[in-house]
Amino acid sequence: MAIHWFKYASPASFYTLAGRLIPWFAGAAAVSALIGLYIGLILAPSDFQQGDSYRIIYIHVPAAWMGMFIYLVMAGWAATGLVFNTRLSGMMVQSLAPTGAMFTFVALWTGAFWGRPTWGAYWVWDARLTSTLILFFLYIGYIALRASIDDPRRADRAGALLTLVGVVNVPIIYFSVRWWNTLHQGASVNFGSTSMASVMLAGMLVMAIAAWLYTIAVSLARVRSIIIEREQHSAWVGELLADGRATERTT
Amino acid sequence: MNWSSWSDFIAMGGYAYFVWIAYGVTALLVVVEIVWIGRERRQSLAQALTQRKIRQWSSP
Repeated sequence: MAIHWFKYASPASFYTLAGRLIPWFAGAAAVSALIGLYIGLILAPSDFQQGDSYRIIYIHVPAAWMGMFIYLVMAGWAATGLVFNTRLSGMMVQSLAPTGAMFTFVALWTGAFWGRPTWGAYWVWDARLTSTLILFFLYIGYIALRASIDDPRRADRAGALLTLVGVVNVPIIYFSVRWWNTLHQGASVNFGSTSMASVMLAGMLVMAIAAWLYTIAVSLARVRSIIIEREQHSAWVGELLADGRATERTT
Repeated sequence: MNWSSWSDFIAMGGYAYFVWIAYGVTALLVVVEIVWIGRERRQSLAQALTQRKIRQWSSP
């Protein structure tokens, strides 16, 4: 297959590609979120132990997965940027961070409102909760570090370093329920065996797919602004602006 | 279908407060993020346009 992947490593062609992909991912995200919410909130039965408070799972678990996964993707882009010195890598890390922070916050927030009725506390200093809070601070730390450095290429390198150092926290979160005696329950989904009813599992997986598609759509949309901002002195952005098509949709 | 009525659904088996605050804040954050991204796009384009005009004016 002769697809020239490296072509899309240039911000100019990636800008166009992203613009074409966004509507599809956004549409698919909206449809799968509606299906997931319908399964989770309308179709699925109440839990025999937790009643209907368990329904928070349909956002809590996908958000927590996404919070961890986005960090891994950021670390991947960060490593690529450091090794190949590609401009797009740093832009993608920058673009993913706010969404990662958002999902991690959602995981903590929904966890608090699930913890209160099930454990009797909004917050406990449990290994799973604490390491997830650290993940949230890593995202905030990355955003703050970027904001404090004027030169975007230097900010890319410093941010990449911070991202790569922090990646050690992700396996700690994931295995925390096994390594330590936590109040947080163990994994609901394991390869091969799962402790959930199939309707509940289906709802959760569809919501996880929705979170994936949403993340792709949102990070592509955000990176387009970052590309314009950082490449505004280049010839191709000049042509794009002169063309007028890029700006007509902004009013 | 798990519910017998609309009010039954809203009540969430007595857990309405917890379930709807969790879902509500998540929905709010998603909306805020989408609006924010739209704003960033308009600002970045406007700024790039301004820069371009300045360069055109200063270099005849």
